[in-house]
Amino acid sequence: MTSSVELAGIGKCYKRYARPSHRLLEWASFGARERHLKHWVLSDVSFSAQPGEAVGIVGVNGAGKSTLLKIIKGTVRPSSGRVACAGRVAALELGLGFHPDFDGRENAITAGALLGLDGATVRRLLPEIEGFAEIGGAIDDPVRTYSSGMQLRLAFAVATAVRPEVLMIDEALAVGDAYFQQKCIGRIRRFREQGTTLLFASHDPGAVRTLCDRALLLDGGQLVREGEPVSVLDYYNAMIARRTAEYEIRTAEALGSHPTSTRSGDQRATIETASLWDESGDVRVVQVGAAVAVRIEGRVRERIDGLTVGISIRDRLGNEVFGTNTHHARLRGPSLRPGEAFRAEFRFAMNLGCGTYTLTTALHSGSVHLEGNYDWWDKVLVFQVVPGDEPTFVGCAYLPTSMRFEAIE
Amino acid sequence: MLRDLWGHRAFVAAIVRREFALRSVRAVWGALWLLIQPAVLILIYTVVFGQLLHARLPGVSDSLGYGLFVCAGLITWGFFSELVLRSQNLFLEHAPLLKAVRFPRSLLPIALVLACSINFALIAGIFLVTLLFIGRWPGVALLGTIPLLAVQSLLAIGLGVLVGTLHVFFRDVGQMAQVLLQFWFWLTPIVYPVSIVPDAARAVIAWNPMFYLVSGYQRVILEHAMPEWGGLPIIFAAALASGLLSWWVFRLLSPDLVDEL
Repeated sequence: MTSSVELAGIGKCYKRYARPSHRLLEWASFGARERHLKHWVLSDVSFSAQPGEAVGIVGVNGAGKSTLLKIIKGTVRPSSGRVACAGRVAALELGLGFHPDFDGRENAITAGALLGLDGATVRRLLPEIEGFAEIGGAIDDPVRTYSSGMQLRLAFAVATAVRPEVLMIDEALAVGDAYFQQKCIGRIRRFREQGTTLLFASHDPGAVRTLCDRALLLDGGQLVREGEPVSVLDYYNAMIARRTAEYEIRTAEALGSHPTSTRSGDQRATIETASLWDESGDVRVVQVGAAVAVRIEGRVRERIDGLTVGISIRDRLGNEVFGTNTHHARLRGPSLRPGEAFRAEFRFAMNLGCGTYTLTTALHSGSVHLEGNYDWWDKVLVFQVVPGDEPTFVGCAYLPTSMRFEAIE
Repeated sequence: MLRDLWGHRAFVAAIVRREFALRSVRAVWGALWLLIQPAVLILIYTVVFGQLLHARLPGVSDSLGYGLFVCAGLITWGFFSELVLRSQNLFLEHAPLLKAVRFPRSLLPIALVLACSINFALIAGIFLVTLLFIGRWPGVALLGTIPLLAVQSLLAIGLGVLVGTLHVFFRDVGQMAQVLLQFWFWLTPIVYPVSIVPDAARAVIAWNPMFYLVSGYQRVILEHAMPEWGGLPIIFAAALASGLLSWWVFRLLSPDLVDEL
């Protein structure tokens, strides 16, 4: 079976000029001197869709969804890559060609013509369009008196009056009421049985799950995930949770409402930085079960033998959730000369429940900081644990679980 | 390509129809306004200038002469400047459409030429009816205006699309075009006869393609004689050159065009 939409290595780059005159200078040099910044909104996106398939495209605002749809529609030229569509591509364009002062019928005819239907076809299909839109006598009223839901009804009825090979639907569908959405979904299903490919861009996980066979996740202009809607949406939700958490932490830090960190010790050895790392780098938000490393860097003021480096994680209520140190692990650190720096790393799996936690670090001698306390830094950083790929669970700890469930004789 | 354009005739018709429907919608007199404006214009020039202010063309004692002279130039110049100025905003005006659906972009200038031509035909129609009414029907000489109008449209759309394309990237271009068009109007003997112009200025005017076209119309209307064809090949060449230049510039810039809308 040949695919009805085929994208290979699609990239889109917008040129940004600091000033309009920079474009003139660039033109004057015949392109020898580039004066613009390249802003890539899509890079290396490849996928194909088969006739009858429904593909959901999810991603946050600005992820590149609409640019991608425009490239498939052919209104925006890709900067790199190839795009091929078999047959007519129709998109639900809310308000395209609608003029507020004209009545619904007149607008339907114009919109149909602008969508590439010839006049005779639109006129022939007009009763059917009116019937599907179900806006009754309002078809003779100017469109400016329509609610956004009524406009959607008319726009959808026109866009789908003739079955296209590729149908694009975006968030606009959400404007419709439940009854009309059901009706639209019914028509989309029928089209798909006849071989129409559906491309559905949405933020609504429920709609993507019910409507689509496959989902694509775009983020920062890249195709991050592709697969079963359920797994892609889970990943998407985790990504959003992560962003929210990062945002909250950033705002909290910016507002200075950072949980008051306290520091004590005689400073014979000092902590300089403490950071949390996962595979993507220095982070403040990690997924449940992620392999992480707490990295502590410091310096000794004088010669110290048997320096112990410790960490402790507390939940938002201050309960100690987990703590350990190099002494307990029987790890003898390097012998350090005065002024010498050191780094200690604690690697573990973040098997904690979702929530906000603080990290406390300490430099001391022996097994506990009470013996010889060099530097004890409470709440040196705040981090958040968010859901990952694991099945949903409750509680403050994540215990990886395998399950069996069977009938017994 | 032509077949492609023919296939999109409903598309072009929709744009043109919308254009005219917009002017008459929600007005009691509707389409009548399309006729009233030009009628008033013609009335002002013939009655006010000819009868009340006694404006006369040098060497012509006819009281209607000046009014007809001005109308012949003004109506056709109006067609020219409307085409140029409207195509300046052609792409910006249709930005939502360009972003929403894929269609051959040459349909936009085609729709514009059609819309402006219909508008011009209405105005010219009223003028011709007036001529018939006052017994000044030019007769067969009228056919002489057809090649002139064709060349003029080509020149206008050539310049218009050039300005319109560049205007998307530099908004200065549109402003500049308006200023230049003003100069151009006064450099064309429309409200004044070329005979009153000093020789030095006449040398400049001789380079103006619109001078040949407008004096052709004036000759047809006033003298009921065919235009002088001598200058036409050169103007046609200029119009063709402007058309090709704008086509080339458009081809060069069109990959970035929608990105800038």
